[in-house]
Amino acid sequence: MEPLLKFALDLFPGLSQLPHWIFVTLVGVVAAAVLFGFTSVFALFAIWLERKVSAHMQDRLGPMEVGGWHGWAQPIADALKLLMKEDIIPENADRPLFKMAPAIVFGAALATFAVIPWSRSFIPSDLNVGLLYILSISSLGVIAILMGGWASNNKWSLYGAMRSAAQIVSYEIPISLSLITVILISGTLSMQGIVHGQEGNIFSWNIFRYLPFMFIAFVIYFIASLAEVNRTPFDLPEAESELVAGFHTEYSGMRFAFFFLAEYTNMFVVSAIATVAFLGGWLPPFEFLGFIPGPFWLFGKAIFLVFVQMWLRWTLPRLRVDQLMYTSWKVLTPFSFALIIIVSFWRVLTL
Amino acid sequence: MTNSNNFPEARYELVNPDPLKTDEYVLNMGPQHPSTHGVLRVLLKTDGEIIESATPYIGYLHRTFEKHAEYMTWPQIVPYVDRMDYLASMNNDLGYALAVEKLIGLEVNERAQYLRVIVAELNRIASHLVFLGTYGLDVGAFTPFLYAFRERERIVDLFEEISGARLLYNYIWIGGVAWDAPEGWLDRVDDFLDYFNPKIKEYNDLLSYNKIFIERTANVGVIPADLAINYGLSGPSLRGSGVKFDLRKDDPYCIYDRFEFEACVGSGLKGTVGDTWDRYFVRIQEMVESVKIIRQALKQIPDGDPKETVPKNVRVPKGEIYFRSETPRGELGYYIVSNGGKNPVRVKVRAPAFSNLSIIQAIAPGLMVADLVATLGSLDIVLGEIDR
Amino acid sequence: MEAKDIHQKLKDKFQDAILEFNEEVLQPYVVVAPDKTDEIAEFLRDDADLQFDYLNSVSGLDLGENLGVVYHLYSMTKKHKIVIKTEVPKEKPDVKTVSHIWRTADWHEREAYDLLGINFVNHPDLRRILLPDDWEGHPLRKDYVPQESWHGIPTTLKKEEKDDQQQ
Repeated sequence: MEPLLKFALDLFPGLSQLPHWIFVTLVGVVAAAVLFGFTSVFALFAIWLERKVSAHMQDRLGPMEVGGWHGWAQPIADALKLLMKEDIIPENADRPLFKMAPAIVFGAALATFAVIPWSRSFIPSDLNVGLLYILSISSLGVIAILMGGWASNNKWSLYGAMRSAAQIVSYEIPISLSLITVILISGTLSMQGIVHGQEGNIFSWNIFRYLPFMFIAFVIYFIASLAEVNRTPFDLPEAESELVAGFHTEYSGMRFAFFFLAEYTNMFVVSAIATVAFLGGWLPPFEFLGFIPGPFWLFGKAIFLVFVQMWLRWTLPRLRVDQLMYTSWKVLTPFSFALIIIVSFWRVLTL
Repeated sequence: MTNSNNFPEARYELVNPDPLKTDEYVLNMGPQHPSTHGVLRVLLKTDGEIIESATPYIGYLHRTFEKHAEYMTWPQIVPYVDRMDYLASMNNDLGYALAVEKLIGLEVNERAQYLRVIVAELNRIASHLVFLGTYGLDVGAFTPFLYAFRERERIVDLFEEISGARLLYNYIWIGGVAWDAPEGWLDRVDDFLDYFNPKIKEYNDLLSYNKIFIERTANVGVIPADLAINYGLSGPSLRGSGVKFDLRKDDPYCIYDRFEFEACVGSGLKGTVGDTWDRYFVRIQEMVESVKIIRQALKQIPDGDPKETVPKNVRVPKGEIYFRSETPRGELGYYIVSNGGKNPVRVKVRAPAFSNLSIIQAIAPGLMVADLVATLGSLDIVLGEIDR
Repeated sequence: MEAKDIHQKLKDKFQDAILEFNEEVLQPYVVVAPDKTDEIAEFLRDDADLQFDYLNSVSGLDLGENLGVVYHLYSMTKKHKIVIKTEVPKEKPDVKTVSHIWRTADWHEREAYDLLGINFVNHPDLRRILLPDDWEGHPLRKDYVPQESWHGIPTTLKKEEKDDQQQ
């Protein structure tokens, strides 16, 4: 938080007049509001991007009318429509849980933004256990999915929620294991520390070290993160053709919009973590490009990974639930274990 | 909740009356469901993800075709016949027209026969394209659906030129066809075939040989050949189980004996013989065979007026006939009973999807819910002809 | 095998149950007694010369005073066909089921029961298939009059509306 506080004091010297705790709270609230604004705008942009990407891959055009140039205002129109819809809660639904579920899902996704480093100074909170914090907070999303599925009082939603819980919990393991290889290399759990360990040029990014093992670790992380976000080929919990819409079948209007927003925010979060851990975070690939500010690099790399996620969604069919479990426990996890052993041996023997 | 609209009350089947028995999970894949290919209800009893029994309930699209047919004159039935299997209406028309012509003993003009074969095979390709797209959707691949419909648009445009309609054509009449092909239509069919041939390779790359697709469909929903025959399966679903039986070759009708083509059979290439991948791949291969048939027909088609043998008044003598033809779904049978009058006494339609669907009760136990969706999709049912 | 050879084999085995044989029509048929349909069906399927393993369809007919059932059979191995018919009076329309011989008949017989009211004895699950479970009457019969309404929905137009429509 210190760099942020310094940054704020530089901008507004008058703030030093306030008592310290008001000052810290104010800066914190403003930072949170900025991030919330960013996630909302990003979610709108991602929805538009998804529709355009899917359309062009399917040999059609996508939104073209709303707003003039390639329908850029389409998601805004969608959001307005969702806001104006009737809020239907099924009769026998568990009302408190039903209402809490979207909020917790979105909250968990948003909370991870606290430790993502945008540049040398803009990181809301430079926890020295940043990576551990991210892994723990994103697990809270599972509880919210289970709440949503159970509280809907609908067997199909329950099916979707059960599958989703099983899937997310199983895929956390390959994610954590592949991130352990990163921690072994960087020697720290702090997000800024991991980025600093990759300073140099493009070939000192973590993905290119200890070739090819870190690259394999990146691939394992990427596949497992697809499962975390419930994207095809792992989108069984919301498989349209089987469970109508899985755990968010019964949600309508703004509550559904929250689930949707949370999904796109999660996509960005896992991409941002992949960027920080493997692709150098806010560092430019070459020194001479350093005049372009850090947030641009982080955002650009994360958007590229989001684009790859969308690309995969519209290309591949989905895996069945037992094949999903098989992939996680019998393929990704043993490989990640093997990677940890290899990387640690390599590191120890060459130190 | 008060039912103030006088709508029928919802009725639930008491399948699991014991509230303390919690190991069975009764699930209703209801009439409205994104992947039951129509209004079909399947009542599932599952143990977690594994299905113990699946009972299909049909009748939601029953439009009393057979009763209607008894009140209409013979040519008036043709548009109604279209609407049963709405994805392959030319084939429905063809079966009915051929059945009545056999009863009358009518000879049909050569050009009309060739036009009939061309449109029937084009409709087979269109129907299989819809199958391809929706099957991909069932399994989770969204994109092949759009590609398949892109091709189908071109076929449907050709049909619009020749018959005036995009889906339900009323084109093949008793005694011939309704309209002759317009100027240049046959060349446009040829152009379409040139355009379409490389697309099949595209579908194979995108879907058929995709590893995830194979994992979802190989060794799933295996139907052994003798079970298939006993349940009255027909068409690609039967051929997928290894039984080489194609009505166009084994019991030729119309002029199919003049063309050279293969009956495609499932061979267990990616799993066991008779699994869903086989049934899917048989349909892909059938599209290639249909292209061959159309090309040969385009070469052999004579000139003439295809409407000249269409009678002004259709008089059907006393008699009865069961006539079967090969539609994209299987063996479509028309059992027509006439007593010499203006209207038929009985028109019974043996719909292929009706028997194809009944096998679900036998093969569903042991499958997982996701597999059931894949298996139902691979049988390629159309509720319009199941319920008539 | 020709139709008359098939008829001869059936006559040799079942004598009185085989009632009629007509080979002048387009598709020759054999008329059998309704209470022996299951035995005849088993013989047709299992006999080495006949091997009728594929049942094309089971159709019901309304013949005025009687109800008829028509079976169309085909042999995949021998490639011959035959038509088997049977007739039952409307007051007691009992026909022995063949659904345990050819599973195709399961749903086809349910449909014949649903639309025509033919009772298939020993059928494992004889209930309506196309119409709702509580529908009254068998619509495909020639003397069928629809019920007035079903769960509050009228089933036919009222007479004044019909006159308006026809004008």
